[in-house]
Amino acid sequence: MLFAAWYVFTTLTQAISPGRFPSPSEVGDALHQIALIGYADARLHEHVLHSVKLVLYGFAAATLVGVPLGLAMGWNRSIEAFANPAFLLLRPIPPLAWIPLAIVWLGLGDAAKVLIIWFAAFVPTVINSYSGVRAIEPYLVEAARMLGASRAMMIREVLIPGALPMIFTGLRLSLQACWTTLVAGELIGAIAGLGHVLYQSSLDLFPAMIVVGMAAVAVTGAAMTLLLGAVERRAMPWRT
Amino acid sequence: MAHVIERHPLGRAPREPAGTPELSFARWLALSVAGFVAFFGAWWATAASGVVSPQFLPTPLAVVERFVALTQTPFVGYTLQAHLASSFGRFALGFGLAVAIGVPLGLLMGWFGWLDAIVSPLFDALRFVAPIAWVPFAALWFGTGIGGPVLIIFSGAFPPCVINAYRGAKFVEPRFVEAAQTLGASHWRMIAEVLLPASVPSIVAGLRISAGLGWQSLVGAELIVASSGIGYLLVRGQANISTSIVMSGMIAIGLVGFAIDALLRMLERRINRRRGR
Repeated sequence: MLFAAWYVFTTLTQAISPGRFPSPSEVGDALHQIALIGYADARLHEHVLHSVKLVLYGFAAATLVGVPLGLAMGWNRSIEAFANPAFLLLRPIPPLAWIPLAIVWLGLGDAAKVLIIWFAAFVPTVINSYSGVRAIEPYLVEAARMLGASRAMMIREVLIPGALPMIFTGLRLSLQACWTTLVAGELIGAIAGLGHVLYQSSLDLFPAMIVVGMAAVAVTGAAMTLLLGAVERRAMPWRT
Repeated sequence: MAHVIERHPLGRAPREPAGTPELSFARWLALSVAGFVAFFGAWWATAASGVVSPQFLPTPLAVVERFVALTQTPFVGYTLQAHLASSFGRFALGFGLAVAIGVPLGLLMGWFGWLDAIVSPLFDALRFVAPIAWVPFAALWFGTGIGGPVLIIFSGAFPPCVINAYRGAKFVEPRFVEAAQTLGASHWRMIAEVLLPASVPSIVAGLRISAGLGWQSLVGAELIVASSGIGYLLVRGQANISTSIVMSGMIAIGLVGFAIDALLRMLERRINRRRGR
């Protein structure tokens, strides 16, 4: 029905001028062009792969640092008290506001994007890992301790599984934040990627390509979220 | 007198979260201060040691000085306060629109099944588009003055308003709805006098999320499509390769975002208290 309304407004009645919003056939042409011939220096799958690669780098780096730090802060009150001030100071700054700083420091290349994505993912990852530890039922910890669990066993068998649901909540939030941030970063300055496609198409006043770019952003974002959901089910088979 | 067992054998002890024991206040304070000092100390040491040029990493003091200077002498046309005021105006407009349209829409969707069936698919499809991806259309349709950024803020702030109002309306206790129906309430009165009051806590929680996302989107929007405002200040600072200006702007953004959240949290607490929760 949505498609019908779109077709009626743009093609049949011309109620919306083509300069403002494209008709379905124009979008089809634009998709054809970017997928096969290329637009903004690359073809669609190359832009998508480029963006996804950067997100995964930043996301993986943030997870590797953020989850252990969050777990440590959740478990050890001394570490928490020591690390908290820096967090309180950095947390209210939205990830997008790091973009200019990253560009000043690292230029327009991929390193700056990865740094921004790292910032975007880091805070939600740490906070949720931390809350995950805090949400573990104390009697589980006490039972493990009573049964003589070693430190390593405590971490492996109680802490990580107990905190895992919240950790994944954090990863989901941080993945979405990463994706938004990357698109913004690429809109501001990049040489490839979906944000760059959007930027180029808005310079060229090419509404059909803007629609294709937005759709690609949405589909890729949704696909990554779904994938993470699959990983989550794999990692926590006891929660179905 | 009989010996009273304080705790039920199966009852839980007063809950203390997992982990090492709570710190004493003095120790907590000492470690917090140490963390604070370590953060600024590491920053200051890196900046002052000359490993990184001051243009790229100014000392904390230099940033504070710049911050104060920006409030007095205009940068790219306005002082820091004027940039913030223009950003906040856009934010208020976009957030206001999102609330004014989103909350009623959510309530209506919660009450009228047919509206839910029409809007939900469209809404779910659009929700996956990151607010920032609206930038090209925002610029194309509304320009870079006030309309473009407002559209982007709106697209960031709108979904939580709709979703929370909708959830609030869906999870009203059925007996209230039935009682109102028995008494012959019209659709309009049902929404205004039953659904709306019952979903206020959910709506206010949504407003907080929505304001946070709106403020973030504003920063993103102004980085790309604007000719004034705090995001524009950041971009110009970046173009001038002036890290201290960029950092001052980031501090201002953090402070305002924090203040908006604190205000809404106060509102949330007050409302919850009035409702006796």
